[in-house]
Amino acid sequence: MPKLPAPPLPKVLKPIPKRPGENGETMTPGQTAAEGGIHVVDWLDERTSLSGGIRWLLFRKVPKGINWFYTLGSATMFAFLNQAVTGVFLAMFYRPDVNGGAYESIRYITDDAFLGQLVRAMHKWGASVMIILIFLHMARVFFFGAYKYPRELTWIIGVVLLILTLAMGFTGYLLPFDQRSYWATIVGVNINGTGPLIGPYLSDFLRAGPEFGATTLSRFYAIHMMLIPGLIAALIGAHLYLITKLGISAPPWLKAEEEPELREAEI
Amino acid sequence: MPGAFEGETVTRRRFMNVVTQGSGMVAAAAFTLPALGFALGPLFSRVPFNWQVIGTPDDFTKTTYATKVLTIVQGVGEAGYSIAYVRTRDPSIDTEPVDQYNHWVALSSRCMHLGCPVRFVAAAQRFICPCHGGVYDFRGMVAGGPPVRPLDRFYTRLNKATGLVEIGPRYSVNSELHRFSPRDPGQPLDGIGQYLYPARFDTSSGPAGHP
Repeated sequence: MPKLPAPPLPKVLKPIPKRPGENGETMTPGQTAAEGGIHVVDWLDERTSLSGGIRWLLFRKVPKGINWFYTLGSATMFAFLNQAVTGVFLAMFYRPDVNGGAYESIRYITDDAFLGQLVRAMHKWGASVMIILIFLHMARVFFFGAYKYPRELTWIIGVVLLILTLAMGFTGYLLPFDQRSYWATIVGVNINGTGPLIGPYLSDFLRAGPEFGATTLSRFYAIHMMLIPGLIAALIGAHLYLITKLGISAPPWLKAEEEPELREAEI
Repeated sequence: MPGAFEGETVTRRRFMNVVTQGSGMVAAAAFTLPALGFALGPLFSRVPFNWQVIGTPDDFTKTTYATKVLTIVQGVGEAGYSIAYVRTRDPSIDTEPVDQYNHWVALSSRCMHLGCPVRFVAAAQRFICPCHGGVYDFRGMVAGGPPVRPLDRFYTRLNKATGLVEIGPRYSVNSELHRFSPRDPGQPLDGIGQYLYPARFDTSSGPAGHP
């Protein structure tokens, strides 16, 4: 017997639930803290209605059979966040100066700054980790067929994110400004230049002139730390929105279950 | 649909839409276009060159190359240096037409595959690139590997006032040593290549009457 709904009593007749602490006993500090927290969250939610969005984002249905392969996308995103956080703090020490200042600032970060070696290593190795993870994530999506209708746009945005990530690798490689960085960038820019018709102009744009010059390094630095990260963050937002809206695809070995009645009704 | 007054062809709602979106676009263009132009500006700026002294005529021989460091970009320290390999022109092997700018043959050290620095190996009489195995013969012509054209060259001249050899801007050559304005490595200049890789806006910087 299901419970019937309460009759529509006027508000004054409804029993008022006791607030914590009203039974005569005092509120424990934990209860007070919890009350305070609830107040703050309520205040925010009343003005933003964020709780619905958070519920929409986090408490959604996922298909049976999802497994660790489905975490590669989040792993890539956390690699990006690692790059963003360590990159911001590296930027506090880095100087994009071609006259030896760039190399010296990197040497200072590596040799002298407190935890500098660790943070720079996190950024440097994190870059490789991010590239590896993004390819593994793409392989998962490809082999599980998760790019198919209706998730084509998610795939396309993901491909753009892959290209932007590779561009981050290319622009970031120059910044230590040692021999390897310099020649790798010469080679990379010249590979750009082999594109027919627009290649030469693309190289000039990347170098800010016909030769590797005074502003090439600062140009790469600005692209590396402002232009592309902004684009990547925005596109990750769009990627996540589509994932949440469309739901996660089931693994390919899972067959859709039909209701037995429906199967008979078809006949 | 007519407007509030007779003869109006646009409703007020539509007019307001157009005005609002139009002014938004104007405002966005007002900061986007100058910023874009600023970023693209270096494509169109001319880079000045100056003739740099590399030695006396006696410093160079016909049989081997002297290594000369020159500055191709001012004010960036070591990153602005480049290397030229220089020898005296030898009419018995240098078949290209002679003029006042090639009494000394000055080859750029930039490999024409992707721009790594080649080095002259005197024992082999070859230029060899460490990156991807490009090999050039004594005249800088491609002898093997991936390079798409002979080594770039620099204009050279004798300064009659001082009697010193000077080196000038770089130029590119195709496999017949025909001169072109300087191109980047990796861009062939034979056949259709010279049209697929057009001269850039800013580098027609050779001496008067030269590419």
